[in-house]
Amino acid sequence: MPHIDLKRTLWIGALASIFALSLAACGRGESNVAAGNREAVMHYGNGTEPQALDPHVMTGSPDVNIAMAIFEGLVTRHPDTMALVPGSAERWEISDDGKTYTFYINPKARWSNGDKLTAEDFAWSLRRSLHPDMGNQLAYVLFPIVGARDYANGKNRDPESLAIVVLNELTLQIKLDNPDPYFLGTMSVYATYPVHRATLEAHGKATDRYTPWTKVENFVGNGPFTLHEWKLNRRLVVTRSETYWDKDKVKLNAVVFHPVESETAEEKMFRAGQLHFTAQVPLSKIPAYKAMENSPYRQRKWQGTYFLQLNTNSPPLDNQLVRKALALATDRKKIINTVLRQTEIPNSVMVPAGTPEYRSPSSLAYDPEQARALMAEAGYPDGAGWPGMEFIFNTSENHRKIAVVLQQMWKDELNIDITLANQEWKVFLDTLNEGDYDLSRMGWIADSLNPATFLNIFTTDNGINRTGFSNARYDEIMLDLVPPTADQGERNALMQEAEAILLEAAPVIPLYTYNSKHLVQPSVKGATPNVLDIQNFKFISLNPDAPVWKDGGQ
Amino acid sequence: MTTDVISDITEAEQGSSLWHDAWLRLRKNKMALFGGITLLLFVIIAILTPLIAPYSYETQNLDLGATPPSAAHWLGTDIFGRDLLTQVMYGGRISLAVGFVATSVALVIGITWGAIAGYVGGRVDAVMMRLVDILYALPFMIFIVLLMVVFGRNVLLLFLAIGAVEWLTMARIMRSQVQQLRQQEFVEAAISLGLPPHTIIRRHLIPNALGPIIVYTTLTIPSVMLLEAFLSFLGLGIQPPQTSWGLLISYGAETMEEFPWLLIFPGLALTLTLFSLNFLGDGLRDALDVRRSKD
Amino acid sequence: MWRFISFRLLQAIPVILAVITMTFFLVRIAPGGPFDSEKAVMPEVKAALEAQYRLDQPLFNQYTAYLGDLAQGEFGPSFKYPGRSVNELIGAGLPVTAELGLYALLVAVIIGGLAGVMASLKPNTAQDYLPMSAAMIGICMPSFLLGPLLVLVFGIYLDWLPVSGWGDIPGDKILPSITLGSAYAAYIARLSRAGMLEVMSQDYIRTARAKGLPEWQVVTKHALRGGLIPVVAFLGPAFAGLLAGSFVVETIFQIPGLGRFYVQAAFNRDYTMILGTTVFLSTLIVLFNLLSDILAAWMNPRLRAQFGEK
Repeated sequence: MPHIDLKRTLWIGALASIFALSLAACGRGESNVAAGNREAVMHYGNGTEPQALDPHVMTGSPDVNIAMAIFEGLVTRHPDTMALVPGSAERWEISDDGKTYTFYINPKARWSNGDKLTAEDFAWSLRRSLHPDMGNQLAYVLFPIVGARDYANGKNRDPESLAIVVLNELTLQIKLDNPDPYFLGTMSVYATYPVHRATLEAHGKATDRYTPWTKVENFVGNGPFTLHEWKLNRRLVVTRSETYWDKDKVKLNAVVFHPVESETAEEKMFRAGQLHFTAQVPLSKIPAYKAMENSPYRQRKWQGTYFLQLNTNSPPLDNQLVRKALALATDRKKIINTVLRQTEIPNSVMVPAGTPEYRSPSSLAYDPEQARALMAEAGYPDGAGWPGMEFIFNTSENHRKIAVVLQQMWKDELNIDITLANQEWKVFLDTLNEGDYDLSRMGWIADSLNPATFLNIFTTDNGINRTGFSNARYDEIMLDLVPPTADQGERNALMQEAEAILLEAAPVIPLYTYNSKHLVQPSVKGATPNVLDIQNFKFISLNPDAPVWKDGGQ
Repeated sequence: MTTDVISDITEAEQGSSLWHDAWLRLRKNKMALFGGITLLLFVIIAILTPLIAPYSYETQNLDLGATPPSAAHWLGTDIFGRDLLTQVMYGGRISLAVGFVATSVALVIGITWGAIAGYVGGRVDAVMMRLVDILYALPFMIFIVLLMVVFGRNVLLLFLAIGAVEWLTMARIMRSQVQQLRQQEFVEAAISLGLPPHTIIRRHLIPNALGPIIVYTTLTIPSVMLLEAFLSFLGLGIQPPQTSWGLLISYGAETMEEFPWLLIFPGLALTLTLFSLNFLGDGLRDALDVRRSKD
Repeated sequence: MWRFISFRLLQAIPVILAVITMTFFLVRIAPGGPFDSEKAVMPEVKAALEAQYRLDQPLFNQYTAYLGDLAQGEFGPSFKYPGRSVNELIGAGLPVTAELGLYALLVAVIIGGLAGVMASLKPNTAQDYLPMSAAMIGICMPSFLLGPLLVLVFGIYLDWLPVSGWGDIPGDKILPSITLGSAYAAYIARLSRAGMLEVMSQDYIRTARAKGLPEWQVVTKHALRGGLIPVVAFLGPAFAGLLAGSFVVETIFQIPGLGRFYVQAAFNRDYTMILGTTVFLSTLIVLFNLLSDILAAWMNPRLRAQFGEK
């Protein structure tokens, strides 16, 4: 007759505890960072698990960070200066009218399997990146190329219609519709990275999104590093490429990308000496880090704007006076200095503060007196007769804090009530796309320094413009006048006019320019935070003699 | 234990009803009494909160920010400079309501379902329990998202949704209890006497299976409160500036090193509720133990 | 007994089919699609994406095509992770989560069972209150709180155990197992205490005592079996719940398990992944519920006799 034996259960329990204790007692050994410093292996906190390593499929920044290591565009950016320096192209020429780009591929450039990198590789890859069947969400960055828009829309499926021409084995020529001073920078973006045709075709149709070509055993790339190990949700390891044309400049032997979704977990890993570099820093920890001597905390202005978008079709926000009043009653400094702990830069215009070569027009600064006057003019003196509205935001600690503060701020200044609604991300997007909202938060982060990126999105037919804002002059400037203008001064004057129209109509209330925030071990050299918040692992090195930053300052 | 039984018998002989009997036994259990009084106190506070709260729960003082407990703010303030005591009091209203309403929903459905399945047995049991299996296996979050989208965000709906999920385990436990009890002499006797099934279930099976059900209920209430926090945190539950203990705890957990009081006090409120519930549950279980009283 | 098991296994087929069907249509009604993002996707791009995953076909055709694939053991490609099949993702995550769930259950049974049995032997004394209160702490401390707290104390302040990972550094499995298991310890403690009290008042225990058996033998040989039936009924769903509910712990400790995939799939509207994990988990739930029913029957002599008759 079988029965449960209490004594045996007790024994198992005791043994399990002893096992656990002995494991604890045997010690932790060397930390990732200590070992990494010695062996030139960088441990990089990389946010979420990468979705895709195909540069024409990827969209998320964890994927892009890895792509920066295992692929290389024709040009690349120096992480300190953001200057465009040779990548796989050793040099390039831009015609006087600014419309023809000729790239000369470095004859030493090789794929990781030893194949020679050719102009045809780039031409084929750019066509693939634009191919309508690919569903590449970043294809639009290539639209300045002649024929690109129609090709990507499937209106003209002839690849010859694209002005991407192979002049000889190592020379590639690209023609643009309009002179675009930012196009060279575009050629450093991942959507322009080359992929190895033979490898892709060996594992399926070239335009399929899901073929096994990016698996470790199949992968071929052209970057300073190559794929070595990819363990799902554990780590992705890239090692120095032996075939890379500039391999002597590469200091790191390997980079280990750790997928760490939770920022609190990531911070704990950093404190335990398991990471060299974190993708983010929890807001509540920042003041303590800022106060430290030799702080590992790095904060740097980032090319992105956090703003509120107002549905101009939804009463009472269909009234421009109300929208302006809300903008004027918003004390950005107060929000940032209190609940956001001075981690962002207050900004009341759409284009991020300090964008190179561009100055935004003056804007609606905090002025509660005028806000109250506008509300009275709109028919809601001291909030009387206010019909109420809803503020939606997606799940996030910061969004919630900002919403809670704004709710109270507008109540205090204008005596109006708004309700808050936190929505799960996909529900949030669906609500926005349906236009079924009053007011919501939104963020926009650019992958180039072009100020037009922040203004194009509010043209009438742009899919990002979910505010209902539509202004003929604005559309004319951004769509017809700015693109063909080569002169930087003229472009800027036009964009300033457009931005002034936007801010006056107030379908958006910009709140701040983002900062990128990282924790960085003292041994890391060359990972200067920059305005695009990108890493170029080619330029990073680790000082083997530097101390490991651990909690308690050892 | 022996003296206990003897005194029980004497009380039973005085001819008091089952509930009166139970009340007398419960009154002697100090821990249960303590639990009951604490809960009652919490409920009273929750009801009176709008009248007795020291501050308004939405009014912020951003320049003050998070401060530790002081004379002006007994439990300190949160990052918005709001009084934490007020937050905890208002949070209790939501948490206690969610806990009791959702658990009651789960209790009613679960007990009925499990008792019928266990008592009738055979095909009916198989079909009913396979239905439970199906509901167990559906992706819970998608289900909640859909409910919220179809019916709009509504606190009452949240209660029902949580209750509709929590009854499944209750049904399984009830069924296994009933199955076991069915084999016992007194139930068999009742069946042979020709009593209708619903009478047997109501009179003999449910009262006798109450022990584990009460215990599971006292555990369900806090887990329901935490489930509410999880859903609210994802934007599927209550909306700020409304709050609940679960939400206060989850916010507090994020700043546990910087502002520990934001975690400790809401945590204490929840823990105290849970312990009170358990002591009361134990007391009730012992007090309602029919078999022991009929010995 | 065997007839009972095979009968229940046969019943599982319509259950799982019903789950698949309901899930398939539920996820598609849910707002937001797999390819929605804050960047506006051009209609042409979206159409191309949907065509690649058969989403442009009528819903019913998609359903039958999915069932066809499923019959061949194919869960299809993941939407969120292009280049990976759902089979592959489940295959990578399952062993980890199963191991975590097993350890957590072990922790729960050891802590909860001991506390519950101890408490039941001397109800309403210190031997009751202390172990029960200890076991109960796990339920007041949701894993999103207990996990970071354990990490802070044992990982950072004391520096005894790793703060994250699974099978990378020795000892990194301890904190997650405790975090996940402790919530269930309270349940098991409560259920086993109640079950034991129930049993201890029964006639056959009195008979055993009357026969002059020492108390510990009465407990181990006679009481435990009956007293733990509610616990066993709880274990089946609990293990399945552990698998599905390990999401928070997996996130806190960076564990590459199935729980993270399951929840992320729901957030990402990764239809194939939601379906794949759901089919998989529902199969597990059905199996474990069956297992706990069998165990409960085996522990209950009267029910066992009933099975014998069948």
